[in-house]
Amino acid sequence: MEPVSVIEGKAYPLGLKNVDTDMIIAADWLKTISRSGLGVGAFEALRQDPDNVFDNPAYAGAPIVIAGDNFGCGSSREHAAWAMLDMGIRAVIAPSFSDIYSSNAFKNGILTVVLPQEAVDRLLEVAQTDPIHVDLDSQTVTTPFQDRFTFEIDPFRKQCLINGLDEIGLTLTSDAHIASYEKKVASERPWVSGEKSHESLAV
Amino acid sequence: MSKQQTLYEKIWNAHVVERRDDGTCLIYIDRHLVHEVTSPQAFEGLRAAGRTVRRPDLTLAVPDHNLPTTARRDAAGNRLPILDKMSAQQLEALEANAPAFGIRYIGATDIEQGIVHVVGPEQGFTLPGTTMVCGDSHTAAHGALGSLAFGIGTSEVEHVLATQTLMLKQSKSMEIRVDGTLGFGVSPKDVILAIVGKLGAAGGTGYVVEYTGSVIRDMSIEGRLTISNMAIEHGARSGLIAPDDKTYAYLKGRPMAPKGAAWDEAVAWWKTLPSDAGARYDKVVLLDAADIVPNVTWGTSPEDVVPVTGVVPDPASFEDASKRDAAAKSLAYMGLEAGQRMQDVAVENIFIGSCTNSRIEDLRAAAHVLRGKHIAAGVKQALVVPGSGLVKAEAEREGLDRIFIDAGFEWREPGCSACLGMNPDKVPAGERCASTSNRNFMGRQGPGARTHLLSPAMAAAAAVTGRLTDVRELLGSE
Ligand code: SF4
Repeated sequence: MEPVSVIEGKAYPLGLKNVDTDMIIAADWLKTISRSGLGVGAFEALRQDPDNVFDNPAYAGAPIVIAGDNFGCGSSREHAAWAMLDMGIRAVIAPSFSDIYSSNAFKNGILTVVLPQEAVDRLLEVAQTDPIHVDLDSQTVTTPFQDRFTFEIDPFRKQCLINGLDEIGLTLTSDAHIASYEKKVASERPWVSGEKSHESLAV
Repeated sequence: MSKQQTLYEKIWNAHVVERRDDGTCLIYIDRHLVHEVTSPQAFEGLRAAGRTVRRPDLTLAVPDHNLPTTARRDAAGNRLPILDKMSAQQLEALEANAPAFGIRYIGATDIEQGIVHVVGPEQGFTLPGTTMVCGDSHTAAHGALGSLAFGIGTSEVEHVLATQTLMLKQSKSMEIRVDGTLGFGVSPKDVILAIVGKLGAAGGTGYVVEYTGSVIRDMSIEGRLTISNMAIEHGARSGLIAPDDKTYAYLKGRPMAPKGAAWDEAVAWWKTLPSDAGARYDKVVLLDAADIVPNVTWGTSPEDVVPVTGVVPDPASFEDASKRDAAAKSLAYMGLEAGQRMQDVAVENIFIGSCTNSRIEDLRAAAHVLRGKHIAAGVKQALVVPGSGLVKAEAEREGLDRIFIDAGFEWREPGCSACLGMNPDKVPAGERCASTSNRNFMGRQGPGARTHLLSPAMAAAAAVTGRLTDVRELLGSE
């Protein structure tokens, strides 16, 4: 996944509470064979409203969503995170998140920022007209108007996000161990390896 | 290490790449089977991250779940399209992903194609002492050859493709020992149904099981594959059986098995694997072969097992209140009454197939019952679906296809078929199926389908009489 350190730009001032993962991506989209390409289906139901923030040209391409309490509740579908990533979202700011959504978001390099309701209200106001600045390193959200809110994040997750390490990336930091294990097996049990054992397969 | 070790501990220890402080281990994966349904997003993930498959040589892809089991080529030999768009798309994705990532691929019309868990052992891809994964919970089947094999989810599929490892915590160990000699008409399927019935669907949760005892030792490799296949139905992620001379004889000369000097080296190592005398298991469960009879399921969990000579249990007879509830719901779904004789239950569908019972010995057992007989008038659909193209070819060489066709069965192309309602083979709502598969969940064989799990010989017996039948009587009366 892409490293995350500073996320800056327009923010969708959604504000809505209890945005469930069905709202983020409807069940119809789960038949896909792909993780990407789900962005067009994101927030489909909300987009039925002609005044929705996602189709407002003022916020087009915004990398941040500002929402109400309990963002990402409901079904555990990882498709919700995939869909938001696909539409270019890298951070969601809300007073609280469902555990499953924040873990799915984390796995996909989306930063979930928990701030008190007052801070969220202020950011919703600023986002109407101005950009928002999220800095993971200093754990702050700032605005062009001297607003400065600090947030908490699990140190392990922070490291992973800053270094762009997903679980696969993390395992790949053990690459030297894996390679030396493979070397050992190649000498002790060479027949496990594919090159030798599979050469006669004719398919 | 001087401590006596179990087979599981030996395989585990041989695969630890790295041990972390909290006890989790990075475990190396020797074999990875890939099929069309749980892999598309994993490949997509690799692509998005610009990653490659670390060891394509340890990975084998074959489609099975979605493929229709009707003819795959027309009379002129041209490949026929898959009508269901989503299924066609998943198959196309695998057909494109395998070569793009350098993975060996057995195609839908190749003779080696079949159900992943039939293909692995058959090709010698499955080997004793290896770790093996697949995005499918019945991967446990490969434990029959002494491989520590288990099912994984799509994110883990991607993890294995990219790193050839998984982060795991060691499980507890359980020995399930079946001693004695199986009676006339009692098959490996009856043994595993008896085990699942005794342990319950969650009885093995958190354990890696090893099946031992004279019944397992005396059993053929194909029978052992039926046993290990259903480890997951009693909650165990893996079900191991120690490799022995039968295992080596089965594997020798298989296309992907080691050859020449490498074979001798491999066998020498495999011989060190069986659990040491005195090795300790966290739990031991004993079964006596004399108590095992031909079994069937009455409910919607594989643990709902009764002897075919028995009756539908009364939900009130269960001590546990939640089980009473579940049993009442099961009976309503299954359209059965407490106290009803299992042998009075009429079936409209027969399914002989699935990774549990679609190998040549299974087909022989069913054909043996069917020879010279015909399916009953009330049976509307009777399918035989060989586990692979090679099983199909061997059965045809032996003339088994004629016996099935003459008896009124449809002789199909290999695949998962009616084991799960994901391809065109389904059991109609409200109808009953005598099925050699491994799951009788609500809707598993199609919405509203009612499944009775049993052995291939018992499925054939049910086909002949049109109701659940004790195959011992049918065979004994000859
Ligand atoms: S035959 Fe059934 S249980 Fe086996 S792999 Fe296919 S769907 Fe799964």
